[in-house]
Amino acid sequence: MTARPRTPARPAPGGRRPRARTVLLTATAWALAALFLLPYVDMAVTAGRPADQLRDNGYLPTRFDFSSFTSVWTDTTLGANLRTTLLVAGGSTLLVLLVALPAAYHTARVRFRGRRAFLLLVLVTQMFQPAALQVGLYREFHALGMLDTVWVLVLANAAFNLAFAIWILGAYIGSIPVELEEAAMIDGTGRIGALFRVTLPLALPGVVTAVIFTFIAAWNEFVMGLTLTNTPERQPLTVGINNMIGAYSVQWNQVFAASLVAIVPVVVLFAVIERHVVSGLTAGSVK
Amino acid sequence: MSSPAVDGTRTAGPDRPDRTGRPAPPARRRRALPRLGPLPWIGPAVLLILVVVVWPVVEMVRTSLRRIDTSGTDHGPAGLVKYRKLFADPRLPDVLLWTAVWTVVVVGLTMLLSLGLAQLFNQRFPGRRITRWALIAPWAASVLMTAIGFRWMLDQVAGVLNRLLLDLGLIDHARAWTGDAAQAKPWLVLVAVFVSLPFTTYTLLAGLQTVPNEVYEAARVDGASPWQTYRKVTLPLVRPAFLVALVVNLINVFNSFPVIWGMTQGGPNTDTATTTVFMYMLRGYDVAESAAMSVVNFAAVVVLVLLFLRTSGWNQEENR
Repeated sequence: MTARPRTPARPAPGGRRPRARTVLLTATAWALAALFLLPYVDMAVTAGRPADQLRDNGYLPTRFDFSSFTSVWTDTTLGANLRTTLLVAGGSTLLVLLVALPAAYHTARVRFRGRRAFLLLVLVTQMFQPAALQVGLYREFHALGMLDTVWVLVLANAAFNLAFAIWILGAYIGSIPVELEEAAMIDGTGRIGALFRVTLPLALPGVVTAVIFTFIAAWNEFVMGLTLTNTPERQPLTVGINNMIGAYSVQWNQVFAASLVAIVPVVVLFAVIERHVVSGLTAGSVK
Repeated sequence: MSSPAVDGTRTAGPDRPDRTGRPAPPARRRRALPRLGPLPWIGPAVLLILVVVVWPVVEMVRTSLRRIDTSGTDHGPAGLVKYRKLFADPRLPDVLLWTAVWTVVVVGLTMLLSLGLAQLFNQRFPGRRITRWALIAPWAASVLMTAIGFRWMLDQVAGVLNRLLLDLGLIDHARAWTGDAAQAKPWLVLVAVFVSLPFTTYTLLAGLQTVPNEVYEAARVDGASPWQTYRKVTLPLVRPAFLVALVVNLINVFNSFPVIWGMTQGGPNTDTATTTVFMYMLRGYDVAESAAMSVVNFAAVVVLVLLFLRTSGWNQEENR
């Protein structure tokens, strides 16, 4: 591999080699992209299989029947599960914003005593995952009598996504010059006024990223939903779909119709914040 | 729009250097709530963390030392009985071994493949944006549903992967891949790698983009081959991003639950269960033994977190 004469030969043929290389590169990248979409394409194909062709092993059915997208709402608890997920994702996103914003603002602006300890606490909680704490979470909320409620999932999802929000919001607020806020304060708005009129609008990309990321994480969350709820109607979407494959006879077209309802919106949302996500997930570590 | 995030991360990070030329933080002007200090600002966050993250750790340890029946009634202290029961459990050695193999193999493959993927998607080619978006899907989609999708593609009767492998002549009869541990494990690994790749690849891409073009030009002027350039220039420069991706991935894979749950539910029996899946299974029979399993598992999590803090440079700064 070391002896490949590509670089020395490059100036002479005037771009012939690079073109072949680009073709190969492009083909590989597109093939890989297709591979990454494969499971989701197969979900769509399966959702469109007529009921009598669900056990056929052909790549495609002879005809498509997307009635699973309507029947799944009447045949399963999907509607109720979606409602729970919307409440949980919406509620925990709101809670994260309410809790993370002041914390991020203060840590970005003021070097108070215990700041390092606080940031360390936040960083460590980012590493603790619900799956590892499931038994403790179950016992705690059992003792508090909060199992099987929307509230427990709102609280739990908010807590486990707090770190990301604090990092990303702190990053944006930290990049806004203090002078701008001070100017606003001299002009007569209070500190809070400056926060809302100057800092927040400028940090909006960070706020949007934190909001979308938390929403998606709570939307997709499974372990806590499985552990902390047990009434089928009160369980989130992920657990509802998990219940569908536990049924005696699995309606795979409905399973994947429901899955696509759950997947497509968040993939679109994720594409919006994609470029900001890495910095939030690796914050506190990449210098 | 993206640069403030990257720059900002540095300034707001734990090691933010005091910027020279910036006026002192306007702490003096804070007249409201002067005595409470930072509490009104960070108090709610600390409270939420204490209630939802710290308390469960305490509760987990406490539960592991009690006698608790299946209805949840506490029958008093149990000492270390549950730990003895756990360590005498014949299933435990296999679960621990598989958890270790699972973590090492999934993380190893993911990091290796994402190095290649990041290199590929860092090149210029038609449709780079679109192909990068495709890579997002497994990241954004619920891992459980991706796992269920693979389980269906591996279905013995109707699975498209079974059909594909048959058509390619790689197998001679359709198999029930997820019905048996030895056949299921490679697929579990594959799915875990599949859902882990986007994050590690994107982190490495972010690392690659910080490498200035002049460095590559200098290498070319010096007559370095592409492979030499990659090994001597690119790799050392993306090392920080690589290490972070590695450790975050390590923690995620070690704690992974939905991949295994969606494909095999840890079965048959507990043959494909890692510690997190095993503790879920135990909870139905003996919540205290399950808590003991959680505590043992948690010790490993703590080690991983310390590893992360080391990688991120927190330790050195503490000693400074």
